[in-house]
Parts: sequence; structure tokens; C-alpha cells
Amino acid sequence: MQLKTNNQSMLQKIAPFIGLILIIVIITALNPGFLSVSNLMNVLRQVSINALIAFGMTFVILTGGIDLSVGATLALTGAVTAGMMASGIDPIFAMLLGLLLGAVLGAINGFIIAKGKVAPFIATLATMTIYRGLTLVYTDGRPISGLGDSLTFQMLGKGYFLGIPVPVVTMIISFGVLYFILKKTTFGRRVYAVGGNEEASILSGINADRIKIYVYSLLGLLAALASLILTSRLNSAQPTAGEMFELDAIAAVVLGGTSLTGGRGWIVGTLIGALIIGVLNNGLNLIGVPSFFQQVVKGAVILLAVLLDRKKTA
Amino acid sequence: MINMTDISKSFSGNKVLKNVHFTLEKGEIHALMGENGAGKSTLMKIMSGIYTRDSGTVEVKGEQVNFTSPKQAEEAGIAVIHQELNILPHLSIADNLFLGREETIGRTGILKTKQMEKKTRQILGDLGLDINPSDPASTLSVGKQQIVEIAKALSVDAEVIIMDEPTAALTDREIDSLFKTIRELQKRGVSFIYISHRMEEIFSLCDRITILRDGEFVGERKISETSFDEIVQMMVGRELGERFPERNSEIGEVKLSVKGLKRKDCFEDISFELRRGEVLSIAGLMGAGRTEVAQSLFGYKKLDGGTIEFDGKQVKIDTPRKAKEMGIGYVTEDRKSEGLVVDFSVEENVSMTNFAAISKNGLISKDKERKLYDTMVKRLGIRTSGPDQAAKSLSGGNQQKVVIAKWLGIEPKLLILDEPTRGVDVGAKKEIYSIINELAERGVAILMISSELPEVIGMADRVLVMHEGKITADLPKQEMTQERIMHFATGGGKLAVEDQ
Ligand SMILES: Nc1ncnc2c1ncn2[C@@H]1O[C@H](COP(=O)(O)OP(=O)(O)OP(=O)(O)O)[C@@H](O)[C@H]1O
Ligand SMILES: [Mg+2]
Repeated sequence: MQLKTNNQSMLQKIAPFIGLILIIVIITALNPGFLSVSNLMNVLRQVSINALIAFGMTFVILTGGIDLSVGATLALTGAVTAGMMASGIDPIFAMLLGLLLGAVLGAINGFIIAKGKVAPFIATLATMTIYRGLTLVYTDGRPISGLGDSLTFQMLGKGYFLGIPVPVVTMIISFGVLYFILKKTTFGRRVYAVGGNEEASILSGINADRIKIYVYSLLGLLAALASLILTSRLNSAQPTAGEMFELDAIAAVVLGGTSLTGGRGWIVGTLIGALIIGVLNNGLNLIGVPSFFQQVVKGAVILLAVLLDRKKTA
Repeated sequence: MINMTDISKSFSGNKVLKNVHFTLEKGEIHALMGENGAGKSTLMKIMSGIYTRDSGTVEVKGEQVNFTSPKQAEEAGIAVIHQELNILPHLSIADNLFLGREETIGRTGILKTKQMEKKTRQILGDLGLDINPSDPASTLSVGKQQIVEIAKALSVDAEVIIMDEPTAALTDREIDSLFKTIRELQKRGVSFIYISHRMEEIFSLCDRITILRDGEFVGERKISETSFDEIVQMMVGRELGERFPERNSEIGEVKLSVKGLKRKDCFEDISFELRRGEVLSIAGLMGAGRTEVAQSLFGYKKLDGGTIEFDGKQVKIDTPRKAKEMGIGYVTEDRKSEGLVVDFSVEENVSMTNFAAISKNGLISKDKERKLYDTMVKRLGIRTSGPDQAAKSLSGGNQQKVVIAKWLGIEPKLLILDEPTRGVDVGAKKEIYSIINELAERGVAILMISSELPEVIGMADRVLVMHEGKITADLPKQEMTQERIMHFATGGGKLAVEDQ
């Protein structure tokens, strides 16, 4: 594999992978049941939602940005889509509109950040509150259910394709497409360029504002896709859905070795980061760690991984 | 004072220093010269503890040392002014100057801001810089930031001061005051290592010179016993010939015509014409507004007034993107902050302006990208270890060539070059001049901003001199002399300006 865009050493790149293996080995030693096919499928399915968001977050972070509003975006798109479906609009049409809404919400973030020159952290902190508020207004604080029995919609969260859960298939396909975009397209290259040196990019004739709006839209779109999966799984849209999802996504990106200052990183790392978080969630349950204590362990592992990563870079 | 023997250093298998010797006597000013990538900066980084050597010994005052951090070197009395600026733009000038050794009330950590600002004003005043110490450092031009760096090293009471191309961004006046300060410190017994690509400086300032070529020690000379030619010969290993290659370009129709360009607090009333195949230079002191004019022409800074005609048609250039599409290229003044994505490979940097050529429907063609890289590396003689080498690990001169390479790919019709040979060695300078000539011969209109007067006189068909945002002279080739240009650049009254 060609690994040059970010000029990190090979060792640095495979470190998250080694970490993942290590965690799996430890958990399996404590409970061999972890490695059963049904459990692994379970893990992957649980991972898929965070992974989709984290893929989008990778693009945003590569440009040197951050998006705290994804969880709220997920809730709002989920609620609106569910609302449309409950009111009898064609489910496929409703889902497409939901995806579009996600992209628009993301574009609004991008627009505020690029054209309004607002720091991404602040801009998305504000839109996070706004989007969450809109969700509560729209749903009146109550879940929306009675979404009908459209096969496509049901498959999205609960179906299997060749024995693999559809959310996992969705994740894998999205990964492939996004990997390709980052690696092979001018858009991907520009994402790295803007994050690496925005001024030099603009002076090279790159429209940095447009790139930023695009990456936030892409993230919004992926959050909406994740919301469809979640809504299908639960057969309802929850107004509180997606709370803290932004943090899991950011953790996955950082665990994968992408620099929070932008310009350096890769999406394969993000996938592994998301897997680490998913494996921990599942494994700590399996080996009987009390649920309150799980959070402590999870946080400690993230901290450890990032510290080790810094050591190597130094 | 310092004795380095048999120093070797490799970066990922690439040997950049091979058994190099270097000795520094107390109280001397020792020049270190060599082509771009010869290993000068690397040798100094080893001396100051930034890099660790693979082999060899370093002695300071007769004692063997193994610095593992710049802090240790500083404690041993060695201060370094690096080739790359290390200014924190949002901190005040005084804060930058006292960074890491702030003056406080007792041990409380409470800053004596007033006192540090007073000292800053004085130290910088001695170097001929009249500024407000509480202004953020970002308000200073690159040249002035460089002076702050120099002041930083001068004020730590070092016994050895290493200067890696300190004058690359300075004006003549600033250089004069720097040299005065260096000589004064020399009298007090301070030793200097002075890296520069400017021969004139070396001969007027230094006592001895060490020359490196391709990471090897070539020789050491007393300045009084050597010559310009001998040093060039030692550096490049061959005769170089004429410093400014000949140009046979035909000056054609007007390509660019600007009238009354104006930008608030930067420049006003800028009018000139630039023809195909012509090399027009803008001379002036740092801060005269030359770079701002270039940035405005390129759509990077907004204009507040005036008209631009390109190919006889009135145009509005409001983004660099648009400028690029019209066939305008801009080789920026500061390669690290404006020219390069330093984390990118050389190849990726070259590609940045050339997506149209190397991609189809948004897909980058690896083959085309590599071909473009190969062509540019060959055409400009860029020394890299391969397309994947990170731009940040290239030597300064080679970085400059990469920035030029970015723009050659678009086949520009008008190329703006802002200090194109800053920090570039004699051989590469000549190569860059040849490239400029070749472009002009092909009918490209060239606008070259330069603070090096010999370069302006050697290269330009015509020179505009700017002073405090206004054009004070428009001189044809026959009337260019250093004295005349300096006269207008320092705001000397208008002599009769001939019409062309
Ligand atoms: N960190 C690094 N990693 C890899 N290669 C490096 C690194 N630093 C320097 N090099 C290589 O070492 C060689 C010497 O570089 P150095 O910066 O010492 O040259 P220099 O003589 O200072 O040149 P210049 O006049 O252009 O500043 C170059 O070929 C450069 O590409
Ligand atoms: Mg150097």
C-alpha cells in the first residue's frame, strides 16, 4: 500500500492496529466467547454507526476543523425522516430527504466556518444546541414511532446481506468509497492541503472555503445515514438520539492517528479507532466489568493510546 | 573554541554529512558556505543539539560534549538563529524576544511587562528597528521578524552565535546595522558562524571560511587569502561562468496594464505596463508595499481602487483561483508559510497548482503526477531523495525551487516572482535566472520583486522603484545603477523620470 500522503512512518501507522489486536487478545483470554461469529457480527454492527460518523469526522479534522454538532444532526435528521414516514410519505423518498437534510445541516456548519470565519469548535457548539433544540421542538420531546413496514427501511438497520448485517455492509461500502476519495481524487488531496497549510493552498488557487463546506456537508450526510440505520434498528426516532456521539467519533479519529491540527492522518486509522472503541464496549461487558467502571477503562485506554502515539512522534 | 571532527549523519539511509571537520576560533567570524543541500544547516543543527550525529566528536573549549537538546547547547553558550523563522505571531514583539526567559517579579511568575518592553525597544533600536514592543509580532514584515530573531540570540550573552542565512530577508540598511552589531560583539570576544549565499557579505564580514560540497569538507581558507572565484570553484566543483546568463527575448505587446491601483494603508497610485517577454523588476525597501502589490494583482488581497487590463481587456481578479485560470503564477516571498505544505511530499507540492493537468474528472492519475514531478525536478535541478521526500526536510534552496516548480506546470503567461532567489546558492541562482530567461524568451511576462540590487540590475529590462507605497521611479536598463535605485528607494526626491 502507498502510504505517503501524510508522511508518517509505517510503524506509526500500524500502531493503532497493534493496539486493537492487543485488546482483542486480552479480552479473548478473559472470555473466549468474544471470538464467536455471532458476537463479532454484533460488535461490527455496533461499530458501524460510530464508524460512519467518524469517517466524516476524519475529513473535517484533516482540514483542521472539528464538528460537535454531529450527534444533534443525527437526532434531527432521524426525527424529521421518521416524522415524514409516520405521516405516510413514501419511505424511500423520506429517507432521501433525510440524507439531503443531513448534508444541508452540515453545509450550514461549513458555511458559518468558511464564510463567517468562526472557529469550528464554537460554530458547531452553537449549531449543536440549535439542532438539538429543533429536534425537541419538532418531536415535542417524544419518540416518533409507527414508521410503517417498508422493506428497504427495515433492512437498513436490521437486515442481513449474505449473512452480514446490512449496517456493516453499509459501513464497508462507505469506507471503500471514502478511502478512494481521500487517496485518489483531487478533492481528497485538497482536503489534506487545506489542513496542511491553508494559506499556501489558497495561493495555489485552491478554493479552501468550498473544500470546508464540502467536508462538513459530507459529515452531515454520513450522520444522516447513521441516523437512518439507528432509526430502523429502534423502529423509532428518539429526540435524545446521538448524544455524545460526536465524542466517540472524535476519539475514533484520534485513536487512528489523525492529527487534530489537520493535514495529517488517514481513514484506515479511523476505522481501526472505531473498532477499538466498539471492541472495548462489547468486551468490557463480556468480561463483566461493571458498567459505571467501563467508562473509566474506556477513557484510560484512549488516553494511553494517544500518549503512546505522542511518544513515538517525539 | 569549537572543534568538530569526522562528523557523519544520515537521514533514512541518505548520507548528508561525510566525515566533516569544522573548527571555530575564539573571536572569529567564520563563514560556512556550500550549495543548497550541502549540509550546512545539518552540521549546525548537530552542533546545537537538535540532531544527533551518527559518528564523530564535538569539542567545546577543549571538552568533549554530547548535546541532546538545544537547551544544553544554549547553556554551553551557543545560540542559534535558524534559517526558518520561529516567531509566535500572536505574541507581542517583546514577548517573543523574552520567550523562555521572561523577567518576573522575584519568583512569582508575574511579568515585568513594562521593563521587558523598554528593553525590547532598546535592543531593537540598536539594530535599527523602530517599533512598538507591545504590537503583535505578526504585524512585522518577514525581514523585521528576522531582526527580532537575531536580537533574541544576541541578548542571551552567548559566546558562540550561529547565524543561518540571517540576511536573506533583510534590506541593505538592516544588514548594515546587523554587521555593526556583529563586529561590536566580536570585539568583546564573541565568535560567529555565519552561513550565507551572498559572497559580498562573506568577504566584507568574515575572517575565515569553510566550504562543504555534497556533505563533504572541501577546504578551509582565510578570507584574506582567497578569492570569489576560488570559493565558487570549491563550492560547485567547476567553473560557473557569467553570473547572469544572457537573454534573447523579444519584447512584445502589452500583457498587463494597471492604472491607479490602490490599497488602503499599503500602496496607492500604482500604474505600469508589462509586456510579453519583458522582465520588469520592482525594487524598494522592505515594507515599501511591493509584496502587497503582487498579492493584489494575484487576487489574494483586495484592491480599493484602480483598474487592471490583461491582454487589453479590463479584468477583475478577486481570487488567486481566478488569477491562476487567467495564466498568472505567483512565487511567494515566504516559502514556508505561503509556498509549501511542508508535510506534503515534494511531488504533492508540485501537484497543488496543477490538478487540471494531472487529473480527469477529479481523479488523480498517478502516472501523470509522477511525470510532472519528473519533468520539474529535471528542469529545475531539484535535489531530492525521491518524490516522497517531505518538503520540510529539503534544504532551503531546494524548497524554493519546488515553489517555482509549482507554477511552471501551469504554463503561465504572467509570472510574478517575489524574492525568487532568497536563500538560494550561486549555482542554483544562475539556474533560476536561466529559467526566468527561458520563460521570457517564450513570451512570458515576468514581474520580479527583489531586494538584491545586483540581481535587479543583472536581470531586469526595466525597474520600478517603490517607496512607502508609491512608485518613485521607472528606470530603463541603461539608467539602472545601484546608487540611483537606492536613491529612489529611500524616498530621495524625484530626479527627472524619463518617459519610455
Ligand atoms: N530531517 C531530515 N530528513 C531527511 N533529510 C534531511 C533532513 N534534514 C536535511 N535533510 C537533507 O540533508 C541535506 C542537507 O540539508 P541542509 O539543510 O543541511 O542543507 P544546507 O546546506 O543548509 O542547504 P541550504 O543552503 O539550501 O539551506 C539535504 O539533501 C536535505 O534534503
Ligand atoms: Mg540551510
